[in-house]
Amino acid sequence: MTSAQETRTTQNAVPPIPPTKKKFELAYALRSNAVPLFFLVICVIGAYYSGLSLPFLLNEIVVRMARNSFLVISLIIPILAGMGLNFGIVLGAMAGQFAYFATVNWQIAGLWGFTLTCLLSFPLAVFFGWLTGKLFNSAKGKEMITGIILGFFANGVYQLINLYFMGNLIPIRVPEMLIPGGYGLRNTVDLKIMHYALDNLWKVRISIPGSIMPIVVPVVTIAVIALLCVGMHFLFKTKLGQEFRATGQNRHIAEVSGIQVDKIRILAIIFSTVLAAWGQIIFLQNIGNMNTYGAHVQVGTFAVAAILIGGASVSKATIGQALMGTLLFHTMFIVSPLAGKNLLGNVQVGEYFRVFVTYGVIGVALALHAWQGKAKRKT
Amino acid sequence: MADLENNGLPRESMGERIREVVKDFGIPRFIILGFLILLIVAAKVLGLSMPQLLGSILTRFGMNGILVLAMIPAIQSGTGPNFVLPLGITCGIVAMTLSIELDMTGLSAFLFSAGFGALLAGIAGYFYGVFQNKVKGQEMTVGTYVGFSVVSLMCIFWTLVPFKSPEMIWPYGGSGLRVTITLEKRFAGVLDNLFSFDVMGVTVPTGLLLFFALFCVLTWLYMRSKSGIAMMMVGSNPRFAESAGLNVNRLRVLGSVLSQMLAAVGIVVYAESYGFLQLYMGPLFMAFFAVASILIGGASLKRATVTHAVIGTFLFQSILVVSMPVANLVVADNLADVVRIIISNGIILYALTRKEAGVDVR
Repeated sequence: MTSAQETRTTQNAVPPIPPTKKKFELAYALRSNAVPLFFLVICVIGAYYSGLSLPFLLNEIVVRMARNSFLVISLIIPILAGMGLNFGIVLGAMAGQFAYFATVNWQIAGLWGFTLTCLLSFPLAVFFGWLTGKLFNSAKGKEMITGIILGFFANGVYQLINLYFMGNLIPIRVPEMLIPGGYGLRNTVDLKIMHYALDNLWKVRISIPGSIMPIVVPVVTIAVIALLCVGMHFLFKTKLGQEFRATGQNRHIAEVSGIQVDKIRILAIIFSTVLAAWGQIIFLQNIGNMNTYGAHVQVGTFAVAAILIGGASVSKATIGQALMGTLLFHTMFIVSPLAGKNLLGNVQVGEYFRVFVTYGVIGVALALHAWQGKAKRKT
Repeated sequence: MADLENNGLPRESMGERIREVVKDFGIPRFIILGFLILLIVAAKVLGLSMPQLLGSILTRFGMNGILVLAMIPAIQSGTGPNFVLPLGITCGIVAMTLSIELDMTGLSAFLFSAGFGALLAGIAGYFYGVFQNKVKGQEMTVGTYVGFSVVSLMCIFWTLVPFKSPEMIWPYGGSGLRVTITLEKRFAGVLDNLFSFDVMGVTVPTGLLLFFALFCVLTWLYMRSKSGIAMMMVGSNPRFAESAGLNVNRLRVLGSVLSQMLAAVGIVVYAESYGFLQLYMGPLFMAFFAVASILIGGASLKRATVTHAVIGTFLFQSILVVSMPVANLVVADNLADVVRIIISNGIILYALTRKEAGVDVR
């Protein structure tokens, strides 16, 4: 919102721009910020009609920002490397969940368990990312649909492994994890031993005057996210970061100037998959239990919708957009059922509306991108 | 056509030709075929009733066939497999709920649903086709998410629609329609039971198969008509088609319209045979199974024929029908579902990653 105002004021301050160009820039500024502004309005209206108190809302937002930001940020590198929205982060989430199965199986609790989970997920995520990257390289120009279908396919394999191999081919020590029949994981895996492992390290309570409920801020989790943002910022200043960008801008020119495009593309996906694995681990330590067959399914869709709502596009994304998008998307998550109930007398309608927005925003963003791409090709 | 394919090159020898056919058929399809044979052998060994299995294969084949046929106009007109199938499916469902609300029964209800559904889907397909022309190159990704959003938008519609028929609303009041509506008293089985007969214990749903055959012939005839061939040209080489004086965008819209109309008729036939109408999130993943079916039959992202649709539907449905009882006896019931997910998405991935001649000619 502030950036939109800034652009507008600078435009007013500099009159000698030819009118055609000025018009174009205004349209550009509106278009690049229209999406977050629009959703900001929806969120404010929704928050008003939901009847939730501000401290409660803020608390929920802080919790959800802390647990989802990491996943959303994991999308940025492939976008800049010109591979579009990486729907394949579902595989990263699976890597994180496999690591959790191991640490829960060994009953390693607390921060050590959490750290070990992160370490264990790393080689898995690298491997999954490498496979995904290979696949994307043989489907250039169709990365996104390939990613979507890959997510479904991987989900089938994941179910196969967890329903029929766990406790069978893969020994499981903790009987509570298994279905009574002796093999196959239960629908939920209890992560109580690692619940809040990261969040509870240092929690700051900010009390708001006039309200009983203080806002609880999980400082360490937010510090980790901040660290990731800073690391990301510096990554794009390194040679590798520049190679990502060059590949994203024009594959052929990058190839000619000596960048191994295929390798860089695989590397971008590996980065994204590893970050997604860690993102999912942070997400689950906050939730405290894992829906074995469902926790990862919507990870890609939700993260993609969030970054798009923040104003990112298929070929452009910043850390700010990722964070802004997470904020707006999850505010909508919190307020929409109650707002739907109060406005239309039906909780379900609010819920369906949110689902519609999730899918719709992706559809529209992709369409806009294809539209612009077509216009560019014509000129 | 055969001469055209050779492009004046010297004719290939028989061995080369066979190798070509095998290459065209692809390793994944051999795996799927082998898997099916394995399943059938397993079913035989386990002593499952073969006539019963064959009967349900025939029913499911006729039930899903038209939904798979809907892929042909879309693929041929160059927009890739129609991932936005839920759009047409939703139109068919709206027509069916309307027929129940108007208290229609029997064949007339079926024909009304198919006809009115096709009309709605034609209109929706026109608008989507116009929209699709603006997103050339990303039809599949955009289509997937437009399909998803249509389904979720319709969820709101089903919750708020003021229909009164006691068969559709919840028995204890409240707003909205039921998740599953039975068609028992409406038009369930009107095609299945039409001229159906038993031969060696196999129940043949003659009416259903005839109806599917009718649509196969219609599609086949259309693809050989002037407009069908023009559509094929647009799909295989848009630039060439444009220079030959064809209106590329109009033919792509036409492909979308036909595809959605077939989808609407397809879901009506599906519901008629299944006996139930699934609202809300029911149609969400239907497109993927239709896409997988035609790809299993040998189609690619750029070329599909009626034969591909028929073979693909038959293979895919056979695997589904046979794997269910086999998996039930051997391991657990859920395995069949997992196998279905892996096969259908695996074949789509294979088609996506295959290098095709004349790709990205726009």
